[in-house]
Formats: sequence, C-alpha cells, structure tokens
Amino acid sequence: MKKLFVLLIALTLGLSLAACAENTEAGELKEEGKVLNIRVWNDEFIGRFRTFYPGYLETKANGQDLLDDGTVVNWIEVANDNNGYQNALDTALLNQDSAAADDKIDMFLIEADYAKKYANDTYAMDVIGELGIPEHTLSQQYQYTKDIVTDDSGILRAVSWQATPGLFAYRTDIAEEVLGVSDPEDVQALLDSWEKFDAVAEDMKAEDYVMISGFDDAYRAYSNNTSAPWVNEDGEIIVDNQIIEWIKQTKTYTDNGYNNQTGLWSDGWFKDMGPEGNAFGFFFSTWGINFTLKDASKADAEGPEEVGNGLYGKYHVIEGPASFYWGGTWLVAAKGTDNPTLVRDIMMKMTANEKIATDITLQTEDYTNHMAAMDAIANDEEYGSKFLGGQNHIALFNESASTIDMKNISPYDQGLNESIQQSFKDYFLGTITWNQAWAAFEEKISTLYPELELKTIPADPFA
Amino acid sequence: MKNKRKTRINYAKWGYRFVIPFVVVYVVFSLIPLLSTFFYSFFEYYFKFGGLEKVGPNFNFLDNYILLFTEGKFFKYFGNTMLIWIMGFIPQVIVSLLLALWFSSTRLNIKAQGFFKTIVYMPNLVMAAAFSLLFLKLFSNNGPVTNFLFESNIIGESFSFVDQNWSTRGLLSFMNYLMWFGNTTILLMAGIMGIDKGILESAQVDGANTIQTFFRIVLPLLRPILLFVLVTSLVGGVQLFDLPQIFTAGSGGPEMGSMTVIMYISRLLGVSKQYGLAGAASTLLFIMTAIVSLGFFFIFYRKEVIPRKSIREGEDK
Repeated sequence: MKKLFVLLIALTLGLSLAACAENTEAGELKEEGKVLNIRVWNDEFIGRFRTFYPGYLETKANGQDLLDDGTVVNWIEVANDNNGYQNALDTALLNQDSAAADDKIDMFLIEADYAKKYANDTYAMDVIGELGIPEHTLSQQYQYTKDIVTDDSGILRAVSWQATPGLFAYRTDIAEEVLGVSDPEDVQALLDSWEKFDAVAEDMKAEDYVMISGFDDAYRAYSNNTSAPWVNEDGEIIVDNQIIEWIKQTKTYTDNGYNNQTGLWSDGWFKDMGPEGNAFGFFFSTWGINFTLKDASKADAEGPEEVGNGLYGKYHVIEGPASFYWGGTWLVAAKGTDNPTLVRDIMMKMTANEKIATDITLQTEDYTNHMAAMDAIANDEEYGSKFLGGQNHIALFNESASTIDMKNISPYDQGLNESIQQSFKDYFLGTITWNQAWAAFEEKISTLYPELELKTIPADPFA
Repeated sequence: MKNKRKTRINYAKWGYRFVIPFVVVYVVFSLIPLLSTFFYSFFEYYFKFGGLEKVGPNFNFLDNYILLFTEGKFFKYFGNTMLIWIMGFIPQVIVSLLLALWFSSTRLNIKAQGFFKTIVYMPNLVMAAAFSLLFLKLFSNNGPVTNFLFESNIIGESFSFVDQNWSTRGLLSFMNYLMWFGNTTILLMAGIMGIDKGILESAQVDGANTIQTFFRIVLPLLRPILLFVLVTSLVGGVQLFDLPQIFTAGSGGPEMGSMTVIMYISRLLGVSKQYGLAGAASTLLFIMTAIVSLGFFFIFYRKEVIPRKSIREGEDK
C-alpha cells in the first residue's frame, strides 16, 4: 500500500513536471529541469567541472553535484572499453523522447574517433543556432576542434575545452647519459626525423635503454599523418604508407630490442614511465603528460608532487619526429534536453571563457582550447611546468596545435586502429607471418564492420 | 447438485494462476527475444558507418547462415571454445571424481569434511570476471607469478604467458577448471552417496578390490549423474565468455586463439550492431550444442538402448 502510494506521488509529480514543461514552452523565461544528466566515460570532465565551473557548490554523498541555482548534476559514467560507453549512450538516446524530463540526457561527451556518429542533426543541438552561443565567443577556439564536429550542412554541433597536440616526452637523465645533451633544443635536433629517431634508438640499446616502451607508442605519430582516410568512398580499406612505416619500425624495434614489448595501458607500460623503467620517452598528447605520465612517474604515488619523488621534474618535452594529436573530448548538448540554458552556460564557461581557460592551464597544466589564453601563457617567460623541470610546454603545444589537421578521420577509426594494433602484435612478436597478420586484421574488421573490404594486402616491406 | 459443484475449490486453476508470473516473465524476457533472434537471422540487419546508419531489416533468407559457413570464422571460434572447455573438463572430472570418492569413502572417513567441501567450492563464488582479472595480473609479463618463475629459472626471459596462444588457452582452461571442479565434486558425491551401500558391501564380500568396485559398480551406476555433469558443463563451456573476454581484453588473445563463439557474437553486436548475423550465429550455436548434447546422450545410453531393443526384437521373433 505504501509503495503504491509512493508510486502514485511519483507519477503525479512526473506528470505535473511534464505539464509544466509544455505550458511554459512559449514563455521567455521558462522554468527548466532540476536535474542535469551528463554522460561521461571517465572522471576527467567531472574533475574539471567541479574545480572550474563557477556555479558549482558542492558534491553530495551520492556523487551528484549541487549548483547555485538548485539544479542537481547527475553524472552517468560508463567506461569506454569494448564500445561500452557508446552502447549505453545509444540505448539512452533511443529512449530520449519517451524519458521523463529529469531522466533525459542533457549533455554527453564524445571523442574524436566517433565524433561523426553523434555530432549531427539526429542527436546534437546546433550550438550557435539553437543554443544561442554567439559565434564570436568561439572565435578563439582552434579551428580543427570545430571542423571535426561540424556536420555536413556546416552546423557546429559540439565544443571542446581542450586541444590535444602531441609531443614526445623524454627523460633528461637518460638523454644526458646516452646522448650527452639534455636540453630540449639539442634533443629535438637529434630526433627531428624518423631516421634520426631510429639511430638514437640504436644508441639507447647500446646503453641498455629502450627508445620507447611498447608496440603502439609511436602509432599515432604515424597514423595522424596519413594522406587519406582509412576508408575510401567505396567502403574499401586503404592501408596508408604511414601505417606500413609504423609496422616496419615497430617490427625492427621489437626484433632489435629497442622496445619493451608492452601494450598501451598495460601494467608494464605504466611501469616504464616510472623510476624503475628504462624507456627513453613516450609519445603523448596534452592530457597524457599532465594526467597519465605525471601520475605514473612518481615513485610514491601518494607522495608530494615535487622533484625527488620518482621522475618528477626529469621529463622534458619536444616536438619529436612527426607532429600528431591524440584524443580530445567534446561536449554535446543532447537533443531534447530540458536544461538548454544551463547546458549553454556550461559550454560557454568551460570552453570559451578566457579566464577559466587560463586557470585550467595554470592549475592542471592541461592545454585548453583558447588561442589567446594559450598564446599568453606560451609567451610568459615566468611560466614553467614543475613536472617538466620548469619547461614551458605550453609554448611547444602552441606551435604543434596550429598544425593539427583532422580532415582524414573516418567513422571507422577507432575499430580499425584497435584492430591493426591487435593483429600486428603477434607479427611483431614473430609468432605469425606478414600475410597471416593481414588475415587476422581482415578477420577482425569483418566482424566489426560488415560493409568494409580490404581488397589488396600491402606488400611485405621486409620481403 | 450443480451449486455444490460450483463451490468446490478447483485446485487445477490455482496451479495455472501461480504459474502466470513465471510464464509472463519467461515469455517477455526469454521467449520473445529467442524467437526474434531466430526471426532476424533471416534478415540483413546492421548499422553502417560505425553504428550510425541503419541498414535493413531486409529479408535475405539463408545468406547469414551461408556467410557463417563460408567465412569459417564461426567454426574456428567454436573449435577454440571446445578446446578450452575440454582442456578444463578432463582434469575437472578426474579430480572431482577422486575427491568425491575420498569424501564419501567410509574407509577413509575424512575429518572436517564440511571445511574441505567449502574450500573446494569457494572459487565458484568469485565472479568470473574478477577471477580472470586476478589471473591476468598474476601471469602478465610483469606479474608476480611470471617474475617468480623467471627468477627460479623455470621459464626463460622471453617467455610470456599472455602473448602465446597455447599458454593463454591453457590458463583459461585452468581457470575454468578451478572454478567448476568444486561444483562437480558436490554433484558426483550426491551421485555416489545415492548408490546402495549394500551393493558395495556385497562386492567387497565377494572379494572385489577397490579398483574393481570403482570400475565395475560405482562408475556404471554413476552414469546418469556423469551425463548430467557432462551436458551442463558443455552448455556452460560453449557459452564461455567472461574469462577470455577479460583475460584478452576482448581481443581474442594471441592469434585469435582464445576467441570464443559468444565473444564473437558480442563483437558482432558491438559497433555495427549486426542483429542479423549475430542471430544466425546464435541459432547455429544452439543447433550445434543440441547435436553434441544428444550425441553424448546416445554414447552414454547406447549399451542400454541397443541391447534392450535387440532383446525385444528377439522376443518378437
């Protein structure tokens, strides 16, 4: 009986809320939902939001955030692994129309690899036209962060608070020992092409160090520089020469012992970043340096962030042999949200506000999506990252960010990148041949994408 | 008369009423999905561009099944699944039988049986995914077990459990074995204790030794339970998913040698949501499981089915 009563109350409340929403549709100042649902795949944005969004008051015991206007932010976190985030998001978006106002998704986050799938008229609101964010507010954002989420009819569907140029982070202590130099300019001069990079790898091996930790470390530095997308208009997979170059390099490195045969995100990979590791450096983009590498470099994970704790202060960054980018997160206003004004405000504050962008960079060392703010920090002689031994990495990011070009992305990138890395692992280890590796790649992609075809297997560069 | 009949409580109707909740739940959550799986297996139905654009459903009759047969992936993964299952099941049934015999033996009269039975059953209480993750940590290239074996010079420096096909399969079988041998022990013990003590005692009186008693009396009488264990384990084994999925991070392991059928189906349903092909694969898996199970049934009861038939035929003649 009690339950029935509660259910009735819930129903009437739900109905009255729905009714409210309908009644005020025409009004200027409409009342908006009291719950803001945001879907994320990790806690990166949650942390940023809590630290930097001006309206944030406190986090309640149940993990929801309270804002100054009384709205509650409900975070729905589903991990990215095995497409889990997208699957959950797809289901929720499918029910978006029938969901109660407070259960509707108001905002969700997307990555570059599947941006095209969501940044369109079906799921995402028009940032400028519908949400009413003035175009000039976004003028300081990097153009590529806008291009990638602009749909076929030229409408902007999402915004990002970060730009993600990549750099090569190296250990100064190893550089000093093996190369005799440790300054970024000097090291960059020794590593500004892949031929030089390979030569240094040999020197590293001679001193019992490895150039990079694993198979996939350099992958992005190659795959971002392809001349065409992975898939052409006829659904045919085109294996770019850059991919072949990556395979060639990784095979050579594995055979010669220039790497430690680790996989990305594996225990061994993280270990190699720390004081016990013997890897010279890592290809990382912005978030990888201030987030992943910094955490993994410490000897005492709970210890203070200061020189002396593991490799803190011993990493420096350079542009490396090729420019690349890696990752990036965009905020999407979900179609059907009952909190458009709040979503608009979060988007503006978190991605287009110069002061907040500066604060984020100064506090977290992340690279934010505001050219003027980043220029200012890049040119600030006083600024330096303690983790990177006082180096102004923003200046390097700043140079690299302007070169990012995402015109070659395709909706298949995530699956194809993952498949080629998985398939060629056995080849690098020497358990299968070149042709077998391509067969394994075909096997994987035919399961993932039935409409794709790999017509010609590239010629074996070692044959 | 008529009034009297009406006031009688009809218990048969109550039976149906009590069954309604189960039937409704079963129809909604099991039967309808089952039938729709079968239904969609005759359609081209997936999402293009990494899940963006719906294709179908277009009726294409047996095309999905023909693809499964011609592509050969399904059978490769079915082979992987059976191999991992068999490598785990053989030690599982031997050890379980031995333990069941020891526990139920009146001669040994093992003390603190409850304790040992609990211990043996324990691994089954751990979630398969957690179990798999634990093993992955232990046996990874920097894992404590690998390091220990390397330092004690049992394995070479280049040896890796997780980068080689057979060691990965072996570990998966071992995990499967470890998780299920306790359960099998309990089942077999129930079977052994169901055997009439009188028969065993009379065999001993007649001079049969332990081995003879086991092979001539216990094992034949245990046949129905063994069949039950075999078929339930097979059905579970065919559906092997969490262990390899977590252990290989969904990749199927080195040379795709640990890719199981259910992993394949779950990958089909991943990015491109291939309901058609996944439906066909599920249906095929069901048919194959049924065939293998029936095969076991006939092998086990051949001796009983065939002689009786021939005796009857003899009588007729």
